[in-house]
Amino acid sequence: MSGIPQDHYEPKTTAEKWIDDRLPVVRMAFDFIAFPTPKNLNWMWIWGVMLTVFLVIQIVTGIVLVMHYTAHVDHAFASVEHIMRNVNGGWLIRYIHMNGASFFFIAVYAHIFRSLYYGSYKAPREITWIIGILIYLLMMGTAFMGYVLPWGQMSFWGATVITGLFSALPLIGEPLQTWLVGGPAVDNATLTRFFSLHYLMPFMILGLTVVHIWAFHTTGNNNPDGVSIRKSDVETTKKDTVPFHPFYTIKDMYALVLFLIFFVVMVFFMPNYLGHPDNYIEANPLVTPAHIVPEWYFLPFYAMLRAIDFDILFIDSKLGGVIAMFGSIIIMALAPWLDTSRVRSAKYRPMLRIYFWLLVVDFFVLMWAGAMPAEGLIPTISLIGTIYWFAYFLVILPVLGILETPEAQPATVEEAYKKDHPDAPAIGHNGGFIVGTGSGQTAGVGPTFGNGSAGGAATPAE
Amino acid sequence: MAETETEHDDGRRDFLFVATAATGAVIGGAAVWPLVDQMNPSADVLALAKIRTSIADVAEGSQVRVLWQGKPVFIRHRTPEEISEARDVPMADLKDPQTDEDRALDPEGKYLVMLGVCTHLGCVPLGDGAGDYNGWFCPCHGSHYDTSGRIRKGPAPRNLDVPAVAMIDDTTIEIG
Repeated sequence: MSGIPQDHYEPKTTAEKWIDDRLPVVRMAFDFIAFPTPKNLNWMWIWGVMLTVFLVIQIVTGIVLVMHYTAHVDHAFASVEHIMRNVNGGWLIRYIHMNGASFFFIAVYAHIFRSLYYGSYKAPREITWIIGILIYLLMMGTAFMGYVLPWGQMSFWGATVITGLFSALPLIGEPLQTWLVGGPAVDNATLTRFFSLHYLMPFMILGLTVVHIWAFHTTGNNNPDGVSIRKSDVETTKKDTVPFHPFYTIKDMYALVLFLIFFVVMVFFMPNYLGHPDNYIEANPLVTPAHIVPEWYFLPFYAMLRAIDFDILFIDSKLGGVIAMFGSIIIMALAPWLDTSRVRSAKYRPMLRIYFWLLVVDFFVLMWAGAMPAEGLIPTISLIGTIYWFAYFLVILPVLGILETPEAQPATVEEAYKKDHPDAPAIGHNGGFIVGTGSGQTAGVGPTFGNGSAGGAATPAE
Repeated sequence: MAETETEHDDGRRDFLFVATAATGAVIGGAAVWPLVDQMNPSADVLALAKIRTSIADVAEGSQVRVLWQGKPVFIRHRTPEEISEARDVPMADLKDPQTDEDRALDPEGKYLVMLGVCTHLGCVPLGDGAGDYNGWFCPCHGSHYDTSGRIRKGPAPRNLDVPAVAMIDDTTIEIG
């Protein structure tokens, strides 16, 4: 499965050998956790594990919530209140599931921007990147449908607005919307199919996650310096890498504990902070809430949808907004071919660094604009933000590859690591057993994301 | 002799291969279609095609909402000012040009019956003189409709839809 030279499992006892000849499952697990991982990874390489953990949390809590939920317009709202008030620990499970979605998105945005900064999307990891975008799209679909299930006012009107997006398509739009919703308006048929799909899609995400990991286990991980690890033979590869276990399992567990602390603080002390009070009012098809706002993780894209409030040639404003919203994600998938620079990491790309941080600022400005009513300066700010988002991918990435003079890169990961850790003792691939390595355990504590300003919850350990 | 036989067999195999694939595609499509079609509106949903409602209680300058096919329908009894405002608008000012006479229920324009569904993304616009044109205003994305329910400003592409409405008698209408 792996394209990186590494030590393989050797069955020692007769029993191990007997199993290995028949079902090499231990071999698979060993090779998987001993995967040679670049030794210079920093704290932005924790998010994949965070995402996997949160996927499992969401699936487990989701499965138990289904045991108490009723997918019917007459009962859905009451059954969620039943979970909150009557079911043993139901409030906790629901709050974990609700806030788990938000933390899932915090992690995915950190993960995506990490990949944009360090050029993880570039050759040879294009397929890993595209599968990642597909996972992200499935996450958005799953989160949206999940938000409809409690059948509150925001659920209902969110469903109406989002399915209404499809009616913008010429000719097929209206029949497509009717088909999606199962009637002339959002109703019971919509709720039941969303419930079915909300249950299905996390398992599709799980499947794609396996493919995502398979793909980058074939190419090897990217790393903060963006230089490829040497793959000529096992001994050379060992100079650039450490086995994933125990070096990165221990590091990721530490990060996970910190991330989970933030998570449980939200769950126990401010479980509704990221939600909308209107969703505790049962759905009413006759009254639209005064101010419909999607969940925070959709706001940047929602701002882009609203930013197009004018016709462009034959494309009316409604279709234009829909194109901008979906296009903003599709354009990300094309990044590997739009970026013309031969250097992967922005650590060695002085001009890209500036435009990258502008993109991060742009993301948060759009998020803010999406939460505001579309009045005054907000549409203009949203439009500028939308233009920058597209310009980053369509203009800046292609042009910078020509204009920019990259800084000198280290030749190997080994060299980059030694430069950052001149005193670090040698750390070895001895089947996952560390002997007196002292500070060498925290092999990944390198430069944090973007020269010092940590982007996420984690801070350097030492 | 043997060579021609092989060629002959290859031709037969190609034909069988294409025929099998084509049959498989047709059968596959036929098997998938019910799975797709089940998501279209079911018979009970389609059965709610028409409703009757009384307009006798709708006072001048007020509006009632009735639910038809899961969507709100606005029935507004307009004031003379609203009617004249709607009828004095030059067609050139309209994004989706349509005369008020074509939209109102009766020739004098007292009653206006239309779907209370914003043509942008389907929210219910606020009524009773809301918005910059004293008609309706959609709070979701800021579309302004005039006293005839015509789009004047904002992202909505069309005027509020007027459903098929028939007067059954002086005070009863049938929508659908």
